[in-house]
Amino acid sequence: MDWLTTVDHKKIATLYLIAGGFFFGIGGIEALLIRVQLWKPMNTFLNAQQFNELITMHGTTMIFLGVMPIIFAIMNAVIPLQIGARDVAFPFLNSLGFWTFLFGGLLLNLSWFMGGAPDGGWTAYAPLSSTTYSTTHGVDFYTIGLQIAGLGTLIGGINFLATIITMRAPGMSFMRMPMFTWTTFVTSAMILFAFPAITVGLVLLSFDRILGANFFNVEGGGNPVLWQHIFWIFGHPEVYILILPAFGIISEVVSTFSRKRLFGYSSMVFATILIAFLGFMVWAHHMFTTGMGPVANALFAIATMLIAVPTGIKIFNWLFTMWGGQITFNTANLFAVGFIPTFVMGGVTGVMLGSAPADYQFHDTYFVVAHFHYVIVGGLVLGLFSGLHYWWPKMFGRVLNETLGKIEFWTFIIGFHLTFFLQHFLGLIGMQRRVYTYLPNQGFDMMNVLSTIGAFLMGVGVIVFLINIYITARQPAGVENDPWEDGRTLEWSIPSPPPEYNFKQLPLVRGLDAYWKEKMAGHKEMTPAEPVGPIHMPSPTIIPFVMSVGLFIAGLGFMFTTDDFGNSFLNFMFNKYIVVIIGLGITFGSMIVHSLNDDPGWHIEPEEQGGKGVEA
Amino acid sequence: MMKRWKAGKRLVPLFVGLMFLLSACGREDLSALRPQGPVAQGQFDLMKLAITIMLSVLVIVFGIAAYVLIKFRRKPGDKEMPKQVEGNHLLEIIWTGIPLILVLILAIATVQKVFAYGENYWEDKDAIRVKVTSHLFWWEFHYPDYDITTAQDLIIPTNKKIAFQLKTADVIHSFWVPSLGGKTDTNTEGTINTAWLEAEKEGVYLGKCAELCGPSHALMEFKVKAVSEEAFENWITAIKQPVEPIQDPALAEVFKTQCLSCHAVGDQGGPMGPNLTGIGNRETVAGILINEEGSNKPFPGKPVKDNLIEWMNDPQAIKPGNLMPSPKEDLGLTDEEIEGIAEYLANVKLQY
Repeated sequence: MDWLTTVDHKKIATLYLIAGGFFFGIGGIEALLIRVQLWKPMNTFLNAQQFNELITMHGTTMIFLGVMPIIFAIMNAVIPLQIGARDVAFPFLNSLGFWTFLFGGLLLNLSWFMGGAPDGGWTAYAPLSSTTYSTTHGVDFYTIGLQIAGLGTLIGGINFLATIITMRAPGMSFMRMPMFTWTTFVTSAMILFAFPAITVGLVLLSFDRILGANFFNVEGGGNPVLWQHIFWIFGHPEVYILILPAFGIISEVVSTFSRKRLFGYSSMVFATILIAFLGFMVWAHHMFTTGMGPVANALFAIATMLIAVPTGIKIFNWLFTMWGGQITFNTANLFAVGFIPTFVMGGVTGVMLGSAPADYQFHDTYFVVAHFHYVIVGGLVLGLFSGLHYWWPKMFGRVLNETLGKIEFWTFIIGFHLTFFLQHFLGLIGMQRRVYTYLPNQGFDMMNVLSTIGAFLMGVGVIVFLINIYITARQPAGVENDPWEDGRTLEWSIPSPPPEYNFKQLPLVRGLDAYWKEKMAGHKEMTPAEPVGPIHMPSPTIIPFVMSVGLFIAGLGFMFTTDDFGNSFLNFMFNKYIVVIIGLGITFGSMIVHSLNDDPGWHIEPEEQGGKGVEA
Repeated sequence: MMKRWKAGKRLVPLFVGLMFLLSACGREDLSALRPQGPVAQGQFDLMKLAITIMLSVLVIVFGIAAYVLIKFRRKPGDKEMPKQVEGNHLLEIIWTGIPLILVLILAIATVQKVFAYGENYWEDKDAIRVKVTSHLFWWEFHYPDYDITTAQDLIIPTNKKIAFQLKTADVIHSFWVPSLGGKTDTNTEGTINTAWLEAEKEGVYLGKCAELCGPSHALMEFKVKAVSEEAFENWITAIKQPVEPIQDPALAEVFKTQCLSCHAVGDQGGPMGPNLTGIGNRETVAGILINEEGSNKPFPGKPVKDNLIEWMNDPQAIKPGNLMPSPKEDLGLTDEEIEGIAEYLANVKLQY
């Protein structure tokens, strides 16, 4: 019950981690099923329809329900601590963001049990995603489930923007913010601009499917290419929404375990902003073969290649952060160090894809599959593993087992390269993506076998990680404030796990890497910026949970408005929009209750602020 | 610094080797790495340029990374904090400038080729015009200048520009012949694309659908058969000849009512399904069942007749989600009738 009502950013981080991990597991199982199907030509393990549902759900689940929430978990756990704040700006919204994401994700996955999952690919290109060609409710689950989940992301993004702008500790100017805070800030800004596009797109597609609108229907005067533009105006920035936080994590980890400050901090900040800006300008490079004409293709090609420049700046800055340092190879840093070359490989194939005429050959082949898995798995997932190992002691008070961590790292990264490196060649020699099977004798067979073996190795790596968590969770908690001994940022100056209020007294920040600076000055703790006093806390509340349940019910109701259930009661409930009204009633009712109820929160008095918190 | 240059020199043979490896990768009639026409060749050249640039980037980054990771490990004696370096403007300018130059080189080549392959040869008198229409899950090829429609096997003369107009009859597909050139989407009415390809030597090239289009997306293959100009002219003449009907009147009636309502054979039949004229010596049945009679000899196939029977017995089993009614289940054809029709169709051949 405590977990349903919590508004504490640390607990919400744990919730995000569990839910994100759960969906990540589902996405992983989907991936393994895909690889089993493809391990030999003309395999009959799955049929064509099942395969298309699996690839659609694998992509959608991993991006929206797997890695995004795990990013949000780390952001929630770390950002308030890194900027010296007691919570996020809007704790209530933070909780609402989590619950809408969870119920959106559950709704989407309910499709497996309710007559068919979405089957139009994660991009859901019209007209394949129209009711004419996708006759189950799968795509409705996709549009409505993602709509609700996306609401959570948008809320989360706005919350982090407000938090970082307004709640930095005294002395922490923008140019003294840790790199992970910077990337979170830029990521949140991108969410703010990118998610409305997908929101609009999903509304239009829902209207086409459920209310018979004609946005993407040619006979009705619509245009399917419109969907592609709307989708990618969101979809391309989304890639950077995913990867920028990983850049932030790597910056923190590499710097800590090299015992050096980040090389070229200010250029890193500007590179991040530039990447975000360019990320919005290049959406149409996903559409080079759509027939936009040579002028548009040329412009988008050049813009795309330009992203290599700020990304290159980042890579070299990381390498020169390590240069002259004292590098410790623990699991967190192994993942960070493994990230750099792996991501570079994904990056260079990205530039190759940007070259439009060459992309005519690469597009929609396994070359692309290899490329974006190098970026998303080799970049983001390695980054997440690094971040989780790095901040685990701060979040849970226990250091993850190093031996298991190293086993996990090596199986995962070897499996990863085995799976995806070969896929570059598969694409170049003619294997298109999203094929549920392939004819023999095309030269594809051997590489597909190896690719499948690699995928299972990655699975082993993830299982070792879960075992590691289980074993670690059984150890007694109680690590030091700064278990890595070289922590540089504010989160390492407070106990692990942090008390409810994080900072007993807000710290005074006197430079970049604030905690490291104090340590070098011979201090054990941060200099406080305020006297000890009562700390104001927000009250726990069940309302976000109830609001999300309402949206879930309304979504389900909306989907079945035109169905005939062969049952007059159900027909009445759904076809007359009664279920929708009930669902929305619950949501808006809770909003009214929340608005009318003036909750001043509560205080933790100085004498209750025990433990080994920050003292004056 | 010198040491690393030496390492770089040692890597050169590796690159050369890799280039050879790349150019020998995959089947000649399928791989984008073994181009058989000017479009694919140009795209392959661009790929090679990009790969060379990118491999040199990889070597530099991996080199620095390896050096750093070996040289700067933390040793037991490292008690003092290392020197904290804020940054280095010169270095940062270098690694902004060099990528910019590399990108510029690639961008120039890209822009040139974008316009070269974006050229529209539809009005070119020397080009062969073909209208491609994609269907769930087959390809229709219409030659407006000759008033010919065929399906699945696209016959083209060598060393001539083939100008395409591409559209779809249903969902979006993508027209791709890797060894002749990159893909172009087939959009719906109103957004019709153009493209051009050229084959330098005679042969059969595999074509695929590259855009997810439903259950049988994986199986929506076609063949491009490049023949001499003379053979092409012969084919034009041959395909326009009337085809001898089925001798047995009962079977002819079944064929007419059940098959020709959608399919065309010679001058009879309708345009709903793939045109079957000349199916007796096509490369495949339904794009995926390989025929012995085709020229695709290194890869084993079955007699056309067997493939036709297999297809007619259960089209859904071979291409799930296709729109053809099952001859057995839906149309009530007997095994004998199916065999008779297969026998007949297997003999509908074109000499060219």
